[in-house]
Amino acid sequence: MKSYTFTKESLRKKFRLSEFLSEKIITGFALLSITIIILIFVFVFRETIPLFTSKERPTGSREELVQEQYGVVPEPRPDQLQRQEVYGIEPDSALMGNREYSTEEHAAGQERRVTVKGLLGDEWYPVSSNPRYGLIPLMVGTIKITLIAMLFAAPIAILAALFSSAFAPTWLREWIKPAIELLAGFPSVVIGFFALMVMATVLQELFGYETRLNAFVGGIAMALAAIPIIYTITEDALTAIPGTYKEASLALGASKWQTALFVTLPAATPGVFAAILLGIGRVFGETMIALMATGNAGLISANPFESVRTLAATIGAEMAEVVFGDTHYGVLFLIGSLLFVFTFSLNALAEFYIKGRLMKRIQGKIA
Amino acid sequence: MSRRNNITGAVVVGASAFSAIAIIAIIIVILVVIVIGGKDRMTWEFITAFPENGMTEGGIFPAIYGTALMVIIMSVAAVPFGTITALYLTEYTSEKSIFAQTIRFAVRTLATVPSIIFGLFGLGFFIKFVGGEMDSVFLGGQLKWGQPNILWASLTMSLLTLPVVIVSVEEAIRTVPRELLEASLALGATKWQTIRKVVIPGSISGILTGTILAISRGAGEVAPILFTGAAYYLATLPTSLSDQFMNLGYHIYIMSTQSADVDGTMPIQFATTLVLLLLTFLLNFIAILIRARIRRKAIV
Repeated sequence: MKSYTFTKESLRKKFRLSEFLSEKIITGFALLSITIIILIFVFVFRETIPLFTSKERPTGSREELVQEQYGVVPEPRPDQLQRQEVYGIEPDSALMGNREYSTEEHAAGQERRVTVKGLLGDEWYPVSSNPRYGLIPLMVGTIKITLIAMLFAAPIAILAALFSSAFAPTWLREWIKPAIELLAGFPSVVIGFFALMVMATVLQELFGYETRLNAFVGGIAMALAAIPIIYTITEDALTAIPGTYKEASLALGASKWQTALFVTLPAATPGVFAAILLGIGRVFGETMIALMATGNAGLISANPFESVRTLAATIGAEMAEVVFGDTHYGVLFLIGSLLFVFTFSLNALAEFYIKGRLMKRIQGKIA
Repeated sequence: MSRRNNITGAVVVGASAFSAIAIIAIIIVILVVIVIGGKDRMTWEFITAFPENGMTEGGIFPAIYGTALMVIIMSVAAVPFGTITALYLTEYTSEKSIFAQTIRFAVRTLATVPSIIFGLFGLGFFIKFVGGEMDSVFLGGQLKWGQPNILWASLTMSLLTLPVVIVSVEEAIRTVPRELLEASLALGATKWQTIRKVVIPGSISGILTGTILAISRGAGEVAPILFTGAAYYLATLPTSLSDQFMNLGYHIYIMSTQSADVDGTMPIQFATTLVLLLLTFLLNFIAILIRARIRRKAIV
């Protein structure tokens, strides 16, 4: 009987073209998600570059500028006219708040530059005859809205997560969890619509303030969008805490609520922290709710019952009407870059807290 | 246990129960308000008719049609890419490889990027860069692709929904029993053959779930299409990829903030919101059902 001998030759994997190709193609496709992130970085930042470089350049007419940047054969005017026709948005609609709007002057305007000082100004009048691109009111508005939203969303969502993971009987938990996840499935335009049509009126009657759409209404509506995120991640973190923690605490004579509040919740703090960070990220970048429910007036004030204009809403409201390539367009992309960098960092930080601290803590590697 | 402790305990449990109930209550309130506000207007005619009289009367058919067309194009782009990425992450790489971890991080980042940023990206990349180049290369500078249209809007939306597809396909692939895979490999099938004949058929329902969830997400998002292709009003349905389109969510936004007669069109707005909500709920519900079936199968 002939025995097989395994040589290095016979054991080597045979080269197959289909295998080789499929592996390479699949790897290539997988690269796509990384590529997209990089492309988003590149293309959102790219549009802001002219803002800063045009300072060194001699000022030319805008038509030239457009050509230089995009290599598209000119006619930015018909393009813009057409856009206006198609969108049919009334410039002086309620949405624009107290903006001064004058397309005539805008079209006739000369090349404008933006300085860091200008961006730190406290007036946002991008389309007046003397345009001012101060981002401070927008930032104040965004921060105000985020604070109000988190003040509502964080305690409610964390307590609800504590309830469904520690106190609720199993049958109830199986109802609460999908119900709150259902809220995550609400399109933000629906929440915005509800806030605009119903909540704004009800809250105004309750509190009797003057402006119907304000930071308070917007903040609560945003809280509705943030609650499912904070709830889900907190719940996951709480249920990931090993049963031994709970059993040890109960065995030492602690009651159920003491265990939940003083053992499980502290153990899950990195997860809760990450949940809040992601909630902030969601509120910070939320566009439709901000557009519909905050009043969109760029005021700087500490009063929660006054209208605000957020960074994201500014992009959403104004991008459809700007001349491609002009300063206003660049500033809107600059706002986008700010939003992107901010949410990107929040996400990275949240990742660090979940991956780094929570997991290590659960595995008992750090105290 | 002291009495003070008992009271604190009651407060803790009470507050947490109250929070959970409050969330559920607000969900129910939103649903009830929208159903009551929209149910009278919700007729077959409303769904199948064109808007009339400056959108103060008539139906929302073009908005439904536009949304449907957009999510179809979006799925065609997002589902294959998402599925292949999920395949790579589960079959071709290990958890620990830096490359795989980077991809995972990128996917999670994609999922948390604000939707308006996708809109900016769509404008800067698809419309200005790709579209603008296409125009100057193929059409000699005639403006066709370098402006907002349904193709660019759908592609922008597909980037936003890519993470949804990846996550649910990955989950489904992991439920395909390892024994089946090993058996296939042991019989001499190559890796690609195994993936084609065992892994993909085994996770087809996961791919379906991912598609449905992505559609439900895409149908509801408005911010990415604000300036990449959605139109306020169009008298005709889009017939080519370079046409603009009407969209349900955008329709709600426009009607409730910029309509000539916001109060008069209130029933239309509520009914449109109801349609959008029903659509997303129905899709989510189907996805949940399929997912439950996958999980049951995984246990058995």
